[in-house]
Amino acid sequence: MKFAVIVFPGSNCDADCYHVVKEVIGQDADYVWHQDETFKTQYDCIVLPGGFSYGDYLRTGSIAKFSPIMNEVIKFANQGGLVLGICNGFQILTEAGLLPGALVRNKGLKFVCKDTFLKVENNETPFTLDYTQDQVIQVPVAHGEGAYVCDENTLEKLKANKQIVFRYSTSAGETFPECNFNGSSDNIAGIINKKGNVLGMMPHPERCAETILGNDLGKHVFTSIVSWLKGGGRNGE
Amino acid sequence: MENNTGKPWVELGLTDYEYEMIKEILAREPNYVELGMFSVMWSEHCSYKNSRPVLKTFPTEGAQVLEGPGENAGVVDIGDGLAVAFKVESHNHPSAIEPYQGAATGVGGIIRDVFTMGARPIALLNSLRFGTLSSARSRYLFNGVVSGIAGYGNCIGIPTVGGEVYFHPSYEGNPIVNAMCVGILEHKDLAKGVASGVGNPVMVVGAKTGRDGIRGASFASEELNEASEEKRPAVQVGDPFMEKLLMEACLELIKTGYVVGMQDMGAAGLTSSSCEMASKGGTGIEMDVALIPRREKGMNPYEIMLSESQERMLVVPMKGKEDEVQSIFRKWGLDAVVVGTVTDDGILRIKEGEKVVAEIPAKGLTEMCPVFEREAKMPEKLAEIQKCNLMELPEPANYQKTFLDLLSRPTIASKEWVYEQYDYMVGINTVVRPGADAAVVRVKGTKKGIALTIDCNSRYVYLNPYVGGKIAVSEAARNLVCTGAKPLGVTDCINFGNPEKPEIFWQFKEAARGIGEACRALNTPVTGGNVSFYNETKGEAVFPTPTVGMVGLIEDIEKVCTLNFKNQDDIIYLLGENSDELGGSEFLVMYHGLEAGMPPDLDLEKEIALQECTLKLIKEGLINSAHDCSEGGLSVALAECCLAGGMGAQIRLEESTLRPSSLLFGETQSRIIISVSRESADKVKAMAQSHSLAISKLGVVQGKSLVINGNSFTINLTLNEIEARYKGAIPCLMKG
Amino acid sequence: MYKALVYVTLKPSILDPQGTAVKKGLESLGFSDVMDVRVGKYLEVSLEAEDKQDAREQVEEMCKKLLSNPVIEDYRFELMEG
Repeated sequence: MKFAVIVFPGSNCDADCYHVVKEVIGQDADYVWHQDETFKTQYDCIVLPGGFSYGDYLRTGSIAKFSPIMNEVIKFANQGGLVLGICNGFQILTEAGLLPGALVRNKGLKFVCKDTFLKVENNETPFTLDYTQDQVIQVPVAHGEGAYVCDENTLEKLKANKQIVFRYSTSAGETFPECNFNGSSDNIAGIINKKGNVLGMMPHPERCAETILGNDLGKHVFTSIVSWLKGGGRNGE
Repeated sequence: MENNTGKPWVELGLTDYEYEMIKEILAREPNYVELGMFSVMWSEHCSYKNSRPVLKTFPTEGAQVLEGPGENAGVVDIGDGLAVAFKVESHNHPSAIEPYQGAATGVGGIIRDVFTMGARPIALLNSLRFGTLSSARSRYLFNGVVSGIAGYGNCIGIPTVGGEVYFHPSYEGNPIVNAMCVGILEHKDLAKGVASGVGNPVMVVGAKTGRDGIRGASFASEELNEASEEKRPAVQVGDPFMEKLLMEACLELIKTGYVVGMQDMGAAGLTSSSCEMASKGGTGIEMDVALIPRREKGMNPYEIMLSESQERMLVVPMKGKEDEVQSIFRKWGLDAVVVGTVTDDGILRIKEGEKVVAEIPAKGLTEMCPVFEREAKMPEKLAEIQKCNLMELPEPANYQKTFLDLLSRPTIASKEWVYEQYDYMVGINTVVRPGADAAVVRVKGTKKGIALTIDCNSRYVYLNPYVGGKIAVSEAARNLVCTGAKPLGVTDCINFGNPEKPEIFWQFKEAARGIGEACRALNTPVTGGNVSFYNETKGEAVFPTPTVGMVGLIEDIEKVCTLNFKNQDDIIYLLGENSDELGGSEFLVMYHGLEAGMPPDLDLEKEIALQECTLKLIKEGLINSAHDCSEGGLSVALAECCLAGGMGAQIRLEESTLRPSSLLFGETQSRIIISVSRESADKVKAMAQSHSLAISKLGVVQGKSLVINGNSFTINLTLNEIEARYKGAIPCLMKG
Repeated sequence: MYKALVYVTLKPSILDPQGTAVKKGLESLGFSDVMDVRVGKYLEVSLEAEDKQDAREQVEEMCKKLLSNPVIEDYRFELMEG
């Protein structure tokens, strides 16, 4: 399998994602520069990494969405290709309209870096099929603008279509309001598009993909992709 | 501004004596541009003119040292062709005026120092000090500084993995903000700030030059007063996004092998970078300020030469490689402009078009700066303060309450409120996170890890600078050792008052003597650092604060040791001895309102035995945790071991010769708490004995409470009760 | 030359923790009559345009495409000559 990790000026989790794809799950990966107008080779999955693309100066992800490579990413996604956006990548995906809603300032106004517990709400996506339904995983967050917001109508649709993939929870999987440290609607930590091929999440699975870093449950986001691509996916096409 | 007032040099902070020297160096009167350049280069911040004779006493050599003081950062070898570059720097004055930008640009500056060496920065640390949190101004500064550090470090994507925060009234008007950066490089990529090769081009790369921060270096070398607020223009604004691009471009450039020399434009901007590079290279530099990319219109040569706009570098590449340099910077959207050449005449010649606007021997600005041997005198009151009799003090009525109160002292309490605002994981190397004795980052592609810490208890230094200096180094090393790392080297940041006052200079000299002695004994040479004097408000100096940043090497990252208790029923031992020392302790201030007595003693031989023994125990996998006893003493250290692992402990302290307050809260040095499985207990005891090291059983890991029993006291608290106080203290005060 | 003064504000339905914090700050300073605070962005855009109508169209386009995010923000602007 071949992954592309898009590098925007200001991306800073690009090397981390690359490391996990290559060294931890043993797949091929390329860095793709934001100025590239086309992909030079065919990819199975595109990763939009975390960071502060363009300094996040106007709004997070707002300038990155106009990078030349984003036309290709949008085309790839519209053709059903797998796109994973983590943290700033998630913000870019919402700005680019590939995912509904937006990410705004944490309710506490401060940047928050810590471990969180996530409940896997839907394990039938290409990004979560190596998890069990309702599994609780410990994944770090590190963001200042990660509160997911959308209108009521959109929220209802997300629920109805099982598009909410991860929610902030307790270690026992209870999605209490007090776990919702950043003020997201409905404890949302990650969502998928209706078609089921574009996932955005604020927590960083690449930061917990090796036991030396605390736990390695995050790597299953990446192994799921490989499993799905190999045809083992329940949504497999 | 022209040279028409009586003594323009005085306004620029130069003395008559210094002005005479400048005339001698130039063999003529300086013009205003030249005078401005001298004034910043001869400020304490750039020249170390008051501290150099003392700094010379530090040990700086060792088999592991690849670059000692004098470069942008120190470099130590870690084997496998790899090295660690590291440096600490103060940004106290800018942070006092504008905490967010002051701290942010401090972080930006220290990062540049490290990647200038050809190293990829992998970790940041910081040492912070503020007044007490009951003051709104201290809360404002604390909040702003932490946000500034977070804003810069998080954006650029270098994890802030550790540090320390103290609160004390002496820092009320003058906070201490020291930032440390650590990077990894291959030996072959080591770059230096030197301009060699006559005819090589000199290039300015990175951000454009504006009027910000003009004369910031000399601002840092003055006492703060009410007028300081009005000097706000001296504070620069940081752009971490720009620096991220600059860092990637510079590291890419260094990999090409085309770089002859490279220097950050930090304090004193273009002036310091150009004259230092030429001075070190034994060359001259000729450049044209008209060619320098500017952000503002109408800037004159004086402003251009003295601007402290951030995120800029001076690069000397090989002749003929200008296009390659430019194409790399263009890729990252940055300017890279040839502004001059390296010459052979030793002169820094600044032109504006065809007109020469300054012409100074490069070494005149650097090496020829006057050096002052300041007078040193022990403060009169100190002997009295040291003699304060602490043996007659009444014991606390309720040890449990005192213990809880100590845990909620902001200096002791959990700093989670601080480090949760820092991205401490980006880069996926952080193996031991903030809140431990030392942070540990792995070195990808090897089995190794680097342990990092920054330490100083300034109250000890205040009470006895010599002992305080020794403790700062020893405790830093002990913190590294607790993770299983062998200490390699030191970067130090001297934060003191006005050195022209004999009492302050005495503190500095004595602290340096202690630091030097401990560094020699522990084989941790000083590889660089920074001096910040004039940390005073209204004539009152801060506590003398020589922070010690230290790096250590863990050969096998799998064997890394942490502070948390890990298994029920493990036996808890104390390595080292308890003794009756309350002087300088947090308990003494809190309960008795005293900052007096002698600080705890430090016996370097005992310290070495303790550290060697602990390292062996970790290497051989005999112990499950290790934690240094520091502020708050044994009881607080035990609580920290419990909280970190969510496991309780049953402790019995039987030494009847000690007062319970000393036993529980005294800050005697050279003590480490370890936990050991029952099977390993005998081997551990034997190892301690073979190092002639005292070892005593404290108790066992058990349950979800911390119970400490002694002959005349009992502490019995659930971990939840302890955690509520320990973690709740700072958030609670910051809401106020 | 035209100058557009662009105001970008959070939609009323979007929670504004920054505004809440500022309101609390004002209250603690004694401004007890403050009913509400909303924090937004203010941008000055200088541009060349054929006429005012053209300038207005350009700025409108900028606001829609980049300066605001319609999911969470509203915008308005004033246009000045010179």
